[in-house]
Amino acid sequence: MPENQQKLIHTFSALADIGQEVAHKFNFHEMIRTSFHLLLGSLAIMRGGIARYSRFGHELNFLAVRGLGDDFPVSASISLEDEREFLSAGMSPIELSQAKMLLFFQHYQPVIEKKGIELIVPMIVHDELVGMVMLGEKASGEPFSSADRAIVQAMARHIGVGIYQRNLMAQLERKAEENKRMYDEMRLTYADTVKSFAAAIDYKDKYTEGHSVRVGKYSELIAAELGWSDERVEGVAVAGYLHDVGKLTVEKNIINSPRRINAKETAELNKHPSVGYEILLPIHHPYSDIPLAAKYHHERLDGRGYPDGLKDEEIPYIAKIVNLADSFDAMTTNRPYKARRPAHEVVEDLQRNSGKQFAPELVTALCGAILKEMTGETKERKFRKLLGREYMEAEGIIDLLKGALNGLAATGPLTLVAAE
Amino acid sequence: MNFDIDVRHDGETAIVYANEYLNKITGERIERECKRRLDAGCSTLMVSFRDTEIVNSIGISILLGVIDAAANSNAKVVFTDVNDDTGLLFESLGLTRHADIRKA
Ligand SMILES: [Fe+2]
Repeated sequence: MPENQQKLIHTFSALADIGQEVAHKFNFHEMIRTSFHLLLGSLAIMRGGIARYSRFGHELNFLAVRGLGDDFPVSASISLEDEREFLSAGMSPIELSQAKMLLFFQHYQPVIEKKGIELIVPMIVHDELVGMVMLGEKASGEPFSSADRAIVQAMARHIGVGIYQRNLMAQLERKAEENKRMYDEMRLTYADTVKSFAAAIDYKDKYTEGHSVRVGKYSELIAAELGWSDERVEGVAVAGYLHDVGKLTVEKNIINSPRRINAKETAELNKHPSVGYEILLPIHHPYSDIPLAAKYHHERLDGRGYPDGLKDEEIPYIAKIVNLADSFDAMTTNRPYKARRPAHEVVEDLQRNSGKQFAPELVTALCGAILKEMTGETKERKFRKLLGREYMEAEGIIDLLKGALNGLAATGPLTLVAAE
Repeated sequence: MNFDIDVRHDGETAIVYANEYLNKITGERIERECKRRLDAGCSTLMVSFRDTEIVNSIGISILLGVIDAAANSNAKVVFTDVNDDTGLLFESLGLTRHADIRKA
């Protein structure tokens, strides 16, 4: 085979290989290294480097270098004129004699002279400078012919596309990260808003201080015991925090009345679920059914609740949870006209009203969650924090809870699996 | 991946076998191995192409790295067991200016 033909085949296979390399290599740095070898090896170029251009920092960073010495500066700032000059060269090798006034050239002049750099080729993709190739002399000692320059240009174009693709990918990753951050921030803002609403509700009702927050927490504990996903548990907690938001529009002296309120006042107070619904409906909640939980948290399974007297299946599930949490808190805290009830009475009440006011499987979940804490099955201390240690450790409660759980399982109506 | 580059050391001459690694990015190991030999004071580097059918652009680039390293250490490079096609390629690319070629 004649010498020239050998060389031609060699060069063209390098060109084909570099295309493959850029299109198929997933690992960016390996792609750059391999492409760099192909570029140097195709024409037997003794030394050189490939740099990537960062548009944000106006900086060239060398990703691969060979034979340029240990003191070669691997990154360098370039000016806007440099960038313009590179862009106007449009992938043709820049004539070094012409480039002398460029900041970039001044920075690299010692290396360029000492190491005999002959070609500087900007890599431009879609009118954007993505990097630069710097090449020294050929092993043959001959100058770069016009054919050589065309080959270098073609190979540099391939590498440029590889860098461009990588930049696009990085941009996408940045965008995705930014979106996630924004989403997280929105959730935090929402959670803060919910908490300040709960604080506002509780502030108005001085006798039931902290009620909304506790209902939120009990609702959360019940839903967690049901084995729901974190997101649904969060939603139920929010429903608990906001269930009494309608009370914000009820007259303060009705809410804070130290005596039992009259019929007219009761009618006024009983509007709070529907008012709460109206308040919450226009808000875009990240969870479903928050307004419905407010509207129906005073409904009962037997249809004797308000505002609509809904029965069992008609009541949204989330409202049933909030109702139980609400009642549980009412029983276990002091009210102006009623002292908190002892723990054993509360358990008995839950049992007695299971199937009448409360969904049996929810009573099971609540009792089960409390029992787990008391027996040490879970290391959590959430009920203890909300109810106080003494209250939790009243005598015989563990047995009572166990009994309640057995009784509910044995005699309660068919336990419904929580509807999705 | 763990592979040993076959190296024989004979006084101040080291023989490195190019094998099939030369034509891939893994060939950088050959370059590193040569640098180690040079640092150890080797004055002649022999690269054997006994088991190498063809040399592609990656292979050429790696050999240029070997040549550059040897030049920095004032050491001599000899390519041995070179077949005809590879010999022609080395000649056309100008590698013969930097290394002695011994045909197979
Ligand atoms: Fe309420």
